[in-house]
Amino acid sequence: MTALVEIDSLQKHFPVGGGLFGRGKKQVRALDGVSLSIEKGEILSVVGESGSGKTTLGRTVLRLTDPTAGAIRFEGQDITSLSRRALRPFRQRMQLVFQDPFASLNPRQTVEQIVATPLAIHAGGSSATEKRERVADMLRLVGLQPHHADRYPHELSGGQRQRVGIARALILNPSFLVADEPVSALDVSIQAQVVNLLLELKEKLGLTILFIAHDLAVVGHISDRIAVMYLGRVVEVAETGTLFRSPRHPYTEALFSAAPIPDPTVRRSRVLLQGDIPSPIDPPSGCAFRTRCRHALPECATVVPPLRQVGPGHLSACIRDDIALQASIA
Amino acid sequence: MAGELLLEVENLAVSFRSRGAVADAVSDVSFRLHQGETLAMVGESGSGKSVTSLALMRLLPDAPQCQVRGSVKLRDKTGSGMLDVLALPEPQMQAVRGNNIAMVFQEPMTSLNPVKTIGAQITETIRLHRPMLARAAEDEAVRLLDLVGIPAPRQRLTAYPHQLSGGMRQRAMIAMALSCEPSVLIADEPTTALDVTIQAQILDLLKRLQEQTGMAVIFITHNLGVVAEIADRVMVMYSGRVVEQADVVPLFQQPLMPYTRGLLRSVPRLDLAGRRAGALYAIPGNVPDPRRPPPGCAFHPRCDSFADGRCNVEAPRLDSTADGRQVRCLRWPEFVA
Repeated sequence: MTALVEIDSLQKHFPVGGGLFGRGKKQVRALDGVSLSIEKGEILSVVGESGSGKTTLGRTVLRLTDPTAGAIRFEGQDITSLSRRALRPFRQRMQLVFQDPFASLNPRQTVEQIVATPLAIHAGGSSATEKRERVADMLRLVGLQPHHADRYPHELSGGQRQRVGIARALILNPSFLVADEPVSALDVSIQAQVVNLLLELKEKLGLTILFIAHDLAVVGHISDRIAVMYLGRVVEVAETGTLFRSPRHPYTEALFSAAPIPDPTVRRSRVLLQGDIPSPIDPPSGCAFRTRCRHALPECATVVPPLRQVGPGHLSACIRDDIALQASIA
Repeated sequence: MAGELLLEVENLAVSFRSRGAVADAVSDVSFRLHQGETLAMVGESGSGKSVTSLALMRLLPDAPQCQVRGSVKLRDKTGSGMLDVLALPEPQMQAVRGNNIAMVFQEPMTSLNPVKTIGAQITETIRLHRPMLARAAEDEAVRLLDLVGIPAPRQRLTAYPHQLSGGMRQRAMIAMALSCEPSVLIADEPTTALDVTIQAQILDLLKRLQEQTGMAVIFITHNLGVVAEIADRVMVMYSGRVVEQADVVPLFQQPLMPYTRGLLRSVPRLDLAGRRAGALYAIPGNVPDPRRPPPGCAFHPRCDSFADGRCNVEAPRLDSTADGRQVRCLRWPEFVA
């Protein structure tokens, strides 16, 4: 396997507050040194509580916001500081699917206009009939009918709108897709349709997907690997089955045990986390999770634990090797 | 489990009128709720869950825009039998709301007043229903915030909603709903906007409170994992109607209505995580438009057990089975075997 996207010590800090000349400004450490590599053809999911930096990661990788420090490589080429012009050929190959299919489509445009927008920007010059055909192809690909091209978003259901969002993302034949909570705004019966569509498209088109989500059941179904984030850092990465069956980071243990199991006869013991995720403006010293961790030691306050290998393809950022963690499934 | 009967709903129907068109949002909803019981109301958006709960609270707009029919009987806390909720004059209903039946909404940020402190909002609720001096109401608010697990409750009284996290806001909402010790609590998707870790805390809290006070809970959700965790009984709604009602274990083990079966099958199974078990089962199509419901059974265009000539012609009634379940499907006897 080769890496399509490599993320190296990525940081993104947002300034907040402060005076007129920025004195005493504080920083929100949305990303605080994230390193990850996304292999060609895989679905890598990023999970974590709100405020953990999942969405910022997705947007920074696509260079929709500029990182404060660190590097992003796409197919081996460093795109961290490319100019807008130099970035254009890369933009076509990496696309974004948004969470809310109601807010991410322009209500005054027809489906055809929406889906054809990337063509107008990146492949100007193609004729109207070519465009129309290309849009029809795309609609068929995502399970809509060509006649949907003349509809407006409000005439479509939530699931159909999300399909339109996916068609728009795919029309330039990207190789890399960031899907930011693409199913969480959808009804249960529609979620399954869209999850199936994403998996099918991944196979058919050889897509690589960074899947940002908080529904662990969906994540468990769709991903090849999972990265768990906490306060701007990746605390554990492993293959999906490994992470569910033998987590090595106490945060993963707690997060996964909080996911409700749709079986009323299963009663499992739960690692209940106390309180909320701390503020990313002033994160705890050392391991950021230590304030909610039941295994924390005094040492945890002094050093930031690095991600290190704990098994084949399994990285974890915890200094405690001596603890047995509870798996979320047997 | 089954204590005193607290709430009895019979043939509840709600229709909205807009620009001459009438849409039946809810029809033929009947159920009973006993002390200490948790009833989960499950369904997709537009299935009528929220409208049903608003009708129970009498919070829907007045006629002619909105018509509510049927009967809702609620046990009077002061002990004088059952109240006829739909017939009560509004001033009396105001005393019932909060005292006998209270509600927690999905989005705590929009249901709290952003320009009033948490303390002011809770004490206002308390003093509205219970004659109490400001000082005593404040002490009561601290007790309630402590009860729902908010750390340093006295300091929190002066906090504004935006200063609290989502989980804390939802706790404050629950504290407010509990301030008059209602016998029935309606929780409308109270954890949907929260992280799973916080959701686990809130579910835990509700269970604990219920054990302490014996209140009954109507829990509205579309998350079947949450249902499995908290419900005693489940009511599945589709297109404004109850399509199945049963105790939680039999419902999950042997759903009788094809819609329930489809919903349960479309949830990815955690125990298969990482096994790539193939495509998920997906119910085809979309939820019908309540203004143009399909003829016959409202679910027939999406149903995998559809029988032509029956399901698209005859509207099924809500049948009761021998073991006390209810199901709305023409073909359910075939699925029992």
